[in-house]
Amino acid sequence: MMEWETVIGLEVHVQLATRSKIFSGASTAFGAEPNSQACAVDLGLPGVLPVLNESAVAMAVKFGLGINAEIPEVSIFDRKNYFYPDLPKGYQTSQMHHPIVGPGEVEITLEDGSTKRIRIHHAHLEEDAGKSLHEDFQGMTGIDLNRAGTPLLEIVSEPDMRSAKEAVAYLKAIHAIVTYLGISDGNMAEGSMRCDANVSVRPKGQEEFGTRAEIKNVNSFRFVERAIAFEAERQIELIEDGGKVVQETRLFDPDRDETRSMRTKEHANDYRYFPCPDLLPVVLDQAYVDHLRSSLPELPAEKRARFQDELGLSAYDAGVLSSSRAMAEYFEAVKEVCGDAKQAANWVQGELSGALNRENLGIDQSPVTATQLGELVARVMDDTVSGKAAKQVFAALWNGEGDSADAIIDARGLKQVTDSGAIEAMIDQVIADSPVQVAQYRDADPEKRGKMIGYFVGQVMKASRGTANPQQVNALLKDKLDNL
Amino acid sequence: MHDKTLTELAAALTAGEFSSRELTQSLLGRIDALDGELNSFITITAEQALADADRADQARAKGEAGPLTGLPLALKDIFCTEGVKTTCGSRMLDNFISPYDATVVEKLKHAGTVCLGKTNMDEFAMGSSNENSFYGPVKNPWDLTAVPGGSSGGSAAAVAAGLVPAALGTDTGGSIRQPASFCGITGLKPTYGRVSRYGIIAYASSLDQAGPMARTAEDCAWLLGAIAGHDLRDSTSVARGVPDYREELGASLSGLKIGLPKEYFGDGLDPNVEAAVREAVRVYESLGATVREVSLPHTHHAIPAYYVIAPAEASSNLSRYDGVRFGHRCDNPKDLIDLYERTRAEGFGEEVKRRILIGTHTLSEGFFDAYYKKAQQVRRLIRQDFLDAFEDVDVLMGPASPTPAFDLGAKKDPVSMYLQDIYTIAINLAGIPGISIPAGLAGSRPIGLQILGPYFAEPQLLNIAHQFQQATDWHRQRPALGEENA
Amino acid sequence: MSLEHADVQRAAHLARIALGDDEASHYVDDLGRILAMADQLQAVDTKGVAPLAHPLDSTQRLRADEVTETDQRDHFQRCAPAVADGLYLVPRVVE
Repeated sequence: MMEWETVIGLEVHVQLATRSKIFSGASTAFGAEPNSQACAVDLGLPGVLPVLNESAVAMAVKFGLGINAEIPEVSIFDRKNYFYPDLPKGYQTSQMHHPIVGPGEVEITLEDGSTKRIRIHHAHLEEDAGKSLHEDFQGMTGIDLNRAGTPLLEIVSEPDMRSAKEAVAYLKAIHAIVTYLGISDGNMAEGSMRCDANVSVRPKGQEEFGTRAEIKNVNSFRFVERAIAFEAERQIELIEDGGKVVQETRLFDPDRDETRSMRTKEHANDYRYFPCPDLLPVVLDQAYVDHLRSSLPELPAEKRARFQDELGLSAYDAGVLSSSRAMAEYFEAVKEVCGDAKQAANWVQGELSGALNRENLGIDQSPVTATQLGELVARVMDDTVSGKAAKQVFAALWNGEGDSADAIIDARGLKQVTDSGAIEAMIDQVIADSPVQVAQYRDADPEKRGKMIGYFVGQVMKASRGTANPQQVNALLKDKLDNL
Repeated sequence: MHDKTLTELAAALTAGEFSSRELTQSLLGRIDALDGELNSFITITAEQALADADRADQARAKGEAGPLTGLPLALKDIFCTEGVKTTCGSRMLDNFISPYDATVVEKLKHAGTVCLGKTNMDEFAMGSSNENSFYGPVKNPWDLTAVPGGSSGGSAAAVAAGLVPAALGTDTGGSIRQPASFCGITGLKPTYGRVSRYGIIAYASSLDQAGPMARTAEDCAWLLGAIAGHDLRDSTSVARGVPDYREELGASLSGLKIGLPKEYFGDGLDPNVEAAVREAVRVYESLGATVREVSLPHTHHAIPAYYVIAPAEASSNLSRYDGVRFGHRCDNPKDLIDLYERTRAEGFGEEVKRRILIGTHTLSEGFFDAYYKKAQQVRRLIRQDFLDAFEDVDVLMGPASPTPAFDLGAKKDPVSMYLQDIYTIAINLAGIPGISIPAGLAGSRPIGLQILGPYFAEPQLLNIAHQFQQATDWHRQRPALGEENA
Repeated sequence: MSLEHADVQRAAHLARIALGDDEASHYVDDLGRILAMADQLQAVDTKGVAPLAHPLDSTQRLRADEVTETDQRDHFQRCAPAVADGLYLVPRVVE
């Protein structure tokens, strides 16, 4: 059987988090009444003209700097001409030949912790289209142009990915960069980040690329993986059955978990790109770019390196904790409060992530704040609570049954008992209550006693409702029993 | 009243000789009497004009009148005017009541002017004769069998006929200067970017520029001052102070260096036009100017370059007329493609379709480099011709059009119509300013002298034109219209 | 470059203008002559000449990112041919 290799390139559209649109002063807020945020410019009324939004430019440049891309001095807007009801002017203002961001690269982390560099061909600015609503409006389609003119950064990768998992890792890396930079909310459910995938297959070892299909509408991490896996499979089967892959656009149907060919148009599209005569060349001077560079926050790759080198975390922990801006910020806040990176990492990845996963929440939706968690970890570290009791405190915080770890520890009497007098009293009571076990212990071989002591530890811990320090209990018990 | 210039009318209003309402009523009466024949207006906004005139009179009474307060004007129907039908001469926009004002319209309202109405034009400003209007052709007031020129033919005819003292036009390839020349008035195309394009319905965005059309250079100077200036809503408008253009009038022309482009005096130039232009140049010599011949070697490539660039931009600019958000929509579209194709087939006239098709074709795959890119390279060479010429001379002079106004219906063939614009079109490609002033008559048909200057040389051009009008009275000639009816 | 009937039909389709066969034939002739005129450009030596998109060598001014527009939907939809519930209506679009 022939071995196949999948080749994937992604085009990611990121809505930039500007207040106003790319070419007009209308709001970009999501979810407004239809057409209430479509101004004269967005509607393409006769006579209107575009003026470029500075924030959109700054955000695009920041992205470029974040992927170590070349930022060309001059970029130019072109018109992409086609008719569609959600495209008010009959053209989309985009950048075809002189994009604002030149070639760059992104490092992705795979599940086994290894990394790979994915090259980015370029990223360009363009305007979003409106939305067609296909529900029944007197048997017609309704057009809402609120989204028309929202700034988009289209990020075009090289065909450097070789599996669906790599594509997902790439998409996650882009997501992390744009959210770290604060240039997009990255909300895929609201369409702030959308993805088209170019997929082809070739026999392993072959240089030449196979014919690719473009899959539209893969707008979640999960869909990207499923759509690419399906499409690669489809192409391999097709070729193995003696067929040929045709270059076409296919639509991913998440309900049926398949891609299908979009209706082929009678004539191929011819977008007739030409430079937009209403906009002038965008010229970025070095001082402006340097200023943006100096304002860049620490990005995922830098953070990961710092977590490893300065905080001493493992490569795996550093990768997980830097994977999103929200995660990294949470972790760093916990670390700040408790003063120990390793402990903070264990709690964020252990108890917290477990609870979040169970309830399918993002870290930014965690009911336990970083400060609360940090204080709890600090109480474990200073032996105020045992690890076991700490889990109870965490559960209480999670359920909103107290405002802080200390309050819950106090209210529930979970403070770890380290007073040896109090522990000795409990031990004496347990020994007095367990004559049979004490006799067995005394008669046993010294090497078997170690195992038998567990019973007494359990009884003492039970008596202390988990608050006694287990190491202390262990040592005191051994001493007492051996000297009876 | 209808014979006076803006300057004279302003003085009369200030002196209280008559009110703005009386002036407005008088002109509306004249429009009513004469425009049935001329067809220079698409929409007459009588009610609004009288209300604006009353407001102007009240402002004057309170001592709050500015220099332009109460002066009547007309606007080419390409300027968006809130609450008023704005058709661009097209069936496509026959039902379009603009929901907003163009920047220049805002400025003129702010200055207190009174808009009498919207003037006729070639559909979407595509034409050189005003015969391409959905609202029918405009007649030349000097000779009702002649065209008034285009595309701002309505504005030119209305001013020439004394229906309004001044009007705004737009000029993409000569559309102010050529009709000004055909109708014996003064028309200025400013430097590209001098006047905001916001709210002016686009034909070819990198060429379009609005400007004044009036009886004298002095009036044009006044009006340009009111409409020029940087506009934050137009990326291509230039951030540069607006001089007081009237203050520049009066400078001596002694030592002025005039260049005559030899390519503007070649084959196809009507001898009457040539004689008038040469005579005008002699007047300038008598005013102290020196004259030399210069060359603009790429002149003959201007028309082909223009007819690639302008239709390409137009094909894209006119895609927004799709029957969805405004304008004409065909009846009972059976599907989306039918909605588009029938709406646009019905809404656009023949010349507009011709240019959309040309532009679409030249931008399409496989043709872009040979046509569009090539035309833009030639455009740079054409601009360089002018830059080089202005190294040696202060201004260039020549005819605005190779012939006086031609007969209505005379030019059936689009290419022969396009060739009419040989002396005006390169100016738009280069983006420099140009003015056409009356300089003679061929029988009853006026002849225009065109004066061209470097970027932002409007003050000099207006003064040079003004000095000619101080020395001659071609600009005072009036067509013999059926005055007894007025 | 000569122009075929199919070129005109293709341009008409791209431009979404319904064109009967007779009309198309008429345009083949017109457009052919206009293109023949445009073809004169091929004779100009433009080696090393950069295309000129705008007459003035100015650069794009940037607008501050501020919301300056208010909701004028009803005002703007007064000139719309077909609206319902604030939406512009078009014949059903089949995806």
